[in-house]
Amino acid sequence: MHPLVTKDATELRQLIAAREVSAVEVAQAHLDRIHTTEPHVSAFIRSLDQSALDSARAVDQRLAAGHDVGPLAGIPVAVKDVLCTRGVETTCGSRMLEHYRPPYDATVVRRLREADAVIVGKTNMDEFAMGSSCENSAFFPTRNPWDLGRVPGGSSGGSAAAVAAGQAPIAIGTDTGGSIRLPAAFCGLVGVKPTYGLVSRYGLIAFASSLDQAGPMTRSVRDAALTLAVIAGHDPCDTTSIPEAVPDLATDLERGVEGLRIGVVSEYLANGLADGVRLRVTEAIERLGKLGADIVEASLPHAAYGINAYYLIAPSECSSNLSRYDGVRYGLRTDGATTEVMMAATRAAGFGAEVKRRIMIGTYALSAGYYDAYYVAAQRVRTLIIRDFEQAFATCDVLVGPMTPTTAFGLGDKVDDPLAMYLNDVYGVPASLGGMPALSVPAGLDDDGLPVGLQVMAPLLGEAVLLRVARALERDLALDPWPRGADSLAEVAA
Amino acid sequence: MSLSTDDVRHVARLARLALSDQEVESLRGELSEILAYADKVSEVAAADVPPTSHAYPLRNVLRADEPRPSLPQQEAIATAPQAEDGRFRVPKIVGDE
Repeated sequence: MHPLVTKDATELRQLIAAREVSAVEVAQAHLDRIHTTEPHVSAFIRSLDQSALDSARAVDQRLAAGHDVGPLAGIPVAVKDVLCTRGVETTCGSRMLEHYRPPYDATVVRRLREADAVIVGKTNMDEFAMGSSCENSAFFPTRNPWDLGRVPGGSSGGSAAAVAAGQAPIAIGTDTGGSIRLPAAFCGLVGVKPTYGLVSRYGLIAFASSLDQAGPMTRSVRDAALTLAVIAGHDPCDTTSIPEAVPDLATDLERGVEGLRIGVVSEYLANGLADGVRLRVTEAIERLGKLGADIVEASLPHAAYGINAYYLIAPSECSSNLSRYDGVRYGLRTDGATTEVMMAATRAAGFGAEVKRRIMIGTYALSAGYYDAYYVAAQRVRTLIIRDFEQAFATCDVLVGPMTPTTAFGLGDKVDDPLAMYLNDVYGVPASLGGMPALSVPAGLDDDGLPVGLQVMAPLLGEAVLLRVARALERDLALDPWPRGADSLAEVAA
Repeated sequence: MSLSTDDVRHVARLARLALSDQEVESLRGELSEILAYADKVSEVAAADVPPTSHAYPLRNVLRADEPRPSLPQQEAIATAPQAEDGRFRVPKIVGDE
């Protein structure tokens, strides 16, 4: 591996600012890495070589002229293809938007550009962010760099694989029920789902609007903090954007966990957890205890109903949001004699099986006679889960547990069983329903050499303590962020 | 919870999805299974628990009613599958049931 692709963004940024390396060299090293490893990983729907080099050149010129540059100056960033990029195809992993070129940038993308980041490409994803394996992409599946026969997780699977393969130090993912955290866990990364509303959803193609949230996926905790500070902040273009100031993520990052009350969610360690995951998660919690945290038992009694509620709420919101794909204003159109026939034919041709399934579930759950029994009942459960969290956070600073029931599974293992696929999200959805920030941080490898993620959850706007706990564990475990054979991904292609 | 093929066709019509007979049949089984699973929410969703639609406590987000630039018509229409004279073009609507 080229030495520049092995460094995290924080280190690269110092090297670029000190002019020890140029932004163009950094961009070229990552673009080269993308091209040598993509035949194996398939993380990107589109790489943006020319515009990336142009952005990098602009950074170098500004540095040469002695001008100030932004906090991500010259840092390669991979962006999930759910975020609109002006004039650049934004497919959302769907045939419906295969040729869609948005007339504007998402706020997240605008903030990245204003921070002088170098956007190297748009990453693969489950279609409309619906999936836990990245196999629902309309184009191709992405593979896990830790084991190319396994999935990277989803829906932000392309973003996860890109960072794990050294194609970019930072990727942006989005999380509706675990879609940042689960692939981060499967690929040995730090993945942060911020507090709902901390990061603007403007230009984030909507799946479930009350849950969708963008966040960073990185190989180090400090990079996650750096990225989150760039993309977070109030945006008048998103009425659900939080007006309060963004939490200070830097000051306490290295402070350690001494004196913090860390609650272990007992329900998350109950049945259905793979032994290898349980072992690493339990050890990680013990480490945090040895580092001075006060480890206490915590309970989220209604969390077990989270997945049930989620698979009513998310499809309901999806069925409403995706009604905009009607063949009229953008995206695919399939001809029909009347407008209704055209719309139904367009949607039949443009959506894949999982998207159709969720539109159908949601339409059913919102239809006359079922609305109270399904959608409203699910929202009542959402209240119960929020109350559980409030009670737990009354005595704990953060909550911890496993991120996923298993490590990465094989490609094709669960594609024919929707319910089995949904159950991957069992530990992810409660924090999504509650709106609170949560992250996955690497906790080591299982016996198959696959990454295990520890999930940490904090109260609303508790990102600082969240990252602080993750950093303490990262520092203590000092894990190798690279898959065995990371080099050979390139060598095989050479 | 078991859906009939007529139920599935009715929902598909509401969702404006043209489904093949094979899709109707597979969705009938899958939706029945998924909805039966999801229906577990009814075990705990007592009527005295208020529903939550939004997790962060924000109320009545307003802004000043001031004109500001927006996407120009040309750009907005540039993404349309069919457009004519600055408008989105669709098949005939009048006469649709």
